[in-house]
Amino acid sequence: MSLRTKEQLIGLGFVSPWIIGFIVFMIYPIFNTILYSFSEVRFLLNAVQTTFVGFFNYTDVLLKDPDFKLALPQYFMQLLLFVPMVVIFSLMLSLLLNSKLKGRSFFRALFFLPVIIMSGPVVDNLKSMNAITLQGLFNFPVYKFIAQYLPSFVSVPILYVFNNAVLILWHTGVQTLIFLSALQKIDRSMFEASMVDGASSWQQFWKLTLPVLRPFIFLNIIYTVMDVSMSTLNPIIVQIKLAMFNIRKGFGFAAAASWIYFIIILFAVMLAYLLFGREKE
Amino acid sequence: MNAGYLVNKVRRYLIVAKKHGLIFRIIVYLLMIGIGFVFVYPLLIMLAESMKDVYDIVNPLVKWIPTKIYFSNFIRAWNVLGGFDVLLTSSFYMLLIAACQTISSALIGYGFAKFSFKFKRVLFFLVICTFIIPDQVTFMPKYLMFKSYGMLRTIFPFLVPALFGQDIRNTIFILIFYQFFKMIPKSLDEAAQIDGAGFVKIFAGINLPLAIPAIVVVFVFSFVWHWNETYLADLYFETAIRTFPLTLQRFTEYFAKLYPVSESANPLLRLNESVRMAGTLLCIVPLVILYAFLERYLIESLDKVGITGE
Repeated sequence: MSLRTKEQLIGLGFVSPWIIGFIVFMIYPIFNTILYSFSEVRFLLNAVQTTFVGFFNYTDVLLKDPDFKLALPQYFMQLLLFVPMVVIFSLMLSLLLNSKLKGRSFFRALFFLPVIIMSGPVVDNLKSMNAITLQGLFNFPVYKFIAQYLPSFVSVPILYVFNNAVLILWHTGVQTLIFLSALQKIDRSMFEASMVDGASSWQQFWKLTLPVLRPFIFLNIIYTVMDVSMSTLNPIIVQIKLAMFNIRKGFGFAAAASWIYFIIILFAVMLAYLLFGREKE
Repeated sequence: MNAGYLVNKVRRYLIVAKKHGLIFRIIVYLLMIGIGFVFVYPLLIMLAESMKDVYDIVNPLVKWIPTKIYFSNFIRAWNVLGGFDVLLTSSFYMLLIAACQTISSALIGYGFAKFSFKFKRVLFFLVICTFIIPDQVTFMPKYLMFKSYGMLRTIFPFLVPALFGQDIRNTIFILIFYQFFKMIPKSLDEAAQIDGAGFVKIFAGINLPLAIPAIVVVFVFSFVWHWNETYLADLYFETAIRTFPLTLQRFTEYFAKLYPVSESANPLLRLNESVRMAGTLLCIVPLVILYAFLERYLIESLDKVGITGE
């Protein structure tokens, strides 16, 4: 046995748990869920019986089911507003943390804390206490001004930030750290050279910092999309779980719903890739 | 002339000196403190709310500071959550799962980082792809599979996938190890190879000790994310295994079991927002304590791991 084949075998050996796991816990379930989504699933004593029904489950989810009619727009709202806001805020926080100030490590620790303590039931309880929105804000004249006089495409995102300030910030932990360590790896000499040439810090941000951060923006968008989509509080996945054990809906319905859900996520990821993923020439 | 000089000096001190100008610093501090307040705001509300007794709850004058410190909410919430019994058993289970996930992720990450074999690029691409596949797409057949093996109501539905690198957020952990092992110079391995060390020894004796920051990060996050996981845990554990977050999810139910409604004559004994908030607080306190001990080490390790690498 040559050294090369030996190395190949050892490498495969190390990776083999993942390959086995991938087949058993990924490929096999994926094929099964595809099958379920096109059939009516019945549970017999010790077998699963599936009858082919075509696209019935899909049309059921998209057109007929009242719960999904409510959950889908909510989820789109999250993707369109929540995800960009989280990424923008984590960028801002990382820029703040990147300035050399006293107490920096304290704030860094504080901003990262929610990653450790956040779980569905905790956030749920906080929501029920109205602890997620900053209540005092609603009384400010600025808030009323924005709500009443600005056109909706401006006011809706701003009000969304006000209403979800805590949740948005609580989701920024990992992303902020990713941006921060990217910022710290930027070549200092580049900034010094641009300063000699008379660039303002505003220009530096747009022309130097942002292009360097571009791939990390992409990475963080993906991370945030998945973070939001897997959150226990996500309206769609709650419905999927409820549908599984619902007599009228069942596994077929839930499977179709999860595939529709996956396709939405895939579109979001592809959009992020088109915007930020490709290298600029 | 003197005044002009002074104005100039003040101007320089306040604005011009970039990154050290006083105004700039004040603005940054104000922003950080403001944002920091938003971060802790829910925790403050929780703390204030959980110490109120019934009279304080209905008293519109009491917003932040209760008229007296009232600990009985915490005692009752602690009992409802299950106390030390639940805390210790669930921690033990989560530690076990986290250990399995760490070990398997280390092996897999090492394999991808240090060896070249056929289809490596394809396989690695698939590893990354699994990150964007939501659990919902795979968990129904998995649920039936675990059910048919009688693994429901145990920790095996998490433990077995963890052993095979398919547990929650496993892609991240594999990538962390991949990144870290990539940074360890290959000449080190080659030197050991010349000295006659086998691949097991090179992995366990040379690479693993160097990868301690990565091990810490993965282990802690695996533990914390399993602790906080309720969606799948609720499905797999049913009611057999209780964790604090799972109990919190059905707080009303457990509360009714422990403090039956017949006592409702006394309003002090009823379930109210304060007890619920006390429960929420107790649910995160163990994590905060863990974080307080590990924070410095954890964030340092995250830096070393270079989570930004990909």
